[in-house]
Amino acid sequence: MKNEFLPPKSLRDVNTHYCSGCGHGILHRLVAQVIDELGLRERVIGVAPVGCAVLAYNYWDFDVSEAAHGRALAVATGIKRSRPEKIVFTYQGDGDLASIGIAETLHTANRGENLTCVFVNNACYGMTGGQMAPTTMIGQKTTTTPWGRDPAFGEGWPLKVSELLAPLKGVSYLARSSISKPQGVRQTYQYIKKAFINQIEKKGFSMVEVLSPCPTIWKKTPIEAAKWIDQEMVKEFPLGVIKE
Amino acid sequence: MEKNKKLTKVLMSGNEAMGEAAIRAGCKFYSGYPITPQNELTAYMARRMREEGRAFVQAESELAAINMIFGAAVTGVRTMTSSSSPGISLKQEGISYLAGCQLPAVIINVMRGGPGLGNIDSSQSDYFQSTRGGGHGDYFTPTLAPWSAEEATKLVVLAFDLADYYRTPVLVLADAIIGQMMEPVGLPFERMFKKKLPKKTWALTGAKKRPANAVMSLLLGDRVLQRHNERLGRKWDKIKEKEQRFDTYKVQDAKYLIVAYGSQARIAFEAVDILRKQNIKAGLFRPISLWPYPEKGLKELAKGVKKVLVVEQSLGQMVEDVRAALPLGEISFLGKAGGGIPLAKEIVGAIKKSL
Ligand SMILES: Cc1ncc(C[n+]2csc(CCOP(=O)(O)OP(=O)(O)O)c2C)c(N)n1
Repeated sequence: MKNEFLPPKSLRDVNTHYCSGCGHGILHRLVAQVIDELGLRERVIGVAPVGCAVLAYNYWDFDVSEAAHGRALAVATGIKRSRPEKIVFTYQGDGDLASIGIAETLHTANRGENLTCVFVNNACYGMTGGQMAPTTMIGQKTTTTPWGRDPAFGEGWPLKVSELLAPLKGVSYLARSSISKPQGVRQTYQYIKKAFINQIEKKGFSMVEVLSPCPTIWKKTPIEAAKWIDQEMVKEFPLGVIKE
Repeated sequence: MEKNKKLTKVLMSGNEAMGEAAIRAGCKFYSGYPITPQNELTAYMARRMREEGRAFVQAESELAAINMIFGAAVTGVRTMTSSSSPGISLKQEGISYLAGCQLPAVIINVMRGGPGLGNIDSSQSDYFQSTRGGGHGDYFTPTLAPWSAEEATKLVVLAFDLADYYRTPVLVLADAIIGQMMEPVGLPFERMFKKKLPKKTWALTGAKKRPANAVMSLLLGDRVLQRHNERLGRKWDKIKEKEQRFDTYKVQDAKYLIVAYGSQARIAFEAVDILRKQNIKAGLFRPISLWPYPEKGLKELAKGVKKVLVVEQSLGQMVEDVRAALPLGEISFLGKAGGGIPLAKEIVGAIKKSL
């Protein structure tokens, strides 16, 4: 891969609105790189979420649709069923995919829709200023869990969506990675690539869950945020291929 | 009522007829969620769409269904969903997104009684929701109300054309009676809209030999949304100007005008005949487009009329549009809510009381 360090064609040469240390920028690039590498730029249709990545169409240089909050997989279902020859993917945060859109997530997976889903788990609602997400860690402080998430106060436990989807027959591929380190970034690239190849090979629903830093909301420096993923988040959300 | 001897007539329920019309109009993707009294439509599509090699998805909810058709619309294919009142409430966010993103789609509401779970009887209580935008934001949805299964087929075909022409979601507002009743329906269906439809250059089909397309309703920045909404405003004005539709019965010399739509207009039609037999000069004004409201036609007609009676299966919703169109008119209202249906004899009674 001699092009590895050149910016992908599917990524526009513009500044993003993301905070420093945010994982979305890295992930946008990884998705764009996979699309270039598999030669999908003219065939792909992306679905952006409502969340920090809502403006993804400003950064990706291929066809992208907005979707209402949580409904990206329903929108993607409509796109794919209408144009089965296209390669369709969603890119969603944990509020979007695991909370308001959990029904769409479960049922799209259970129907075995031939789609690719990139699930960005940053353990919070970034865009709305840092509320608790279903994936928020026990003890993690957010604007709506000011004393830290506490199941004893009815705030529940971190929701493990990948594990939840694993038993479903319609799901062909599930993997969880972290972009806290270069090694993890390379691993994430491989997982995302596999999730797209699966769709080309018509294998059904594929999802890659990525533990992604949100230093602003976590009130950490980018380095501290990366460490928190490695030391805390991975305990709750173990890395690796979950289903293949 | 329509009479065309050349057509083959088939006995169908309104629900099935609307499904068949959608298929003949070229609907490529349908998604729905079970709810009475429109279940026959979803079931019909389940069978017929597969027969035609097109896509049908039973969605996990009305939210999913409307967003699936959003996805289909994004790719430029013709698409439809159907439901009944509570389900249409759930779809409103999606309808707002369709309007904001300027995506063509057809939504059928086979109305039942509300509020809440209400009942499954015929009702016209979603008039406000249908004609006032329904969801959040500054928008309108063109709304067509059939009074027979056969007209429902024509209005479904028209809805697809209007949606494509104006790039906006269009509602077909039927009710339980229209959906459930079996009637002879003429095949093939007639196309009422004659204008040329624009090419869907905005559709997402893969960025091949063109710059990438994006579909969005999020418009940040200084006055960007303001300008977009002003553009939409001009579109609503154009629709108001061009797409008012109505039908009349025995209005030439009418002194008493009954205004009713959908299944209620069928009953009012009967009431007109009863009144005419008693030498009372009654006529019927039947709005077909509820938004835009056919106010031009109504104003014109009302000139020679003494009194106007608005009849609805609700506590009075359309009557507000009649009052707005005829501010100086003598307007009375007869309605029943929650599945109640004003009968012909009650309409006759109401007119006679006002003599
Ligand atoms: C129906 C609806 N409810 C709420 C919102 C407000 N909202 C915007 S983004 C968001 C959550 C985003 O969090 P997440 O999906 O985790 O993505 P992130 O911003 O962290 O990347 C919410 C609740 C909305 N736009 N629409």
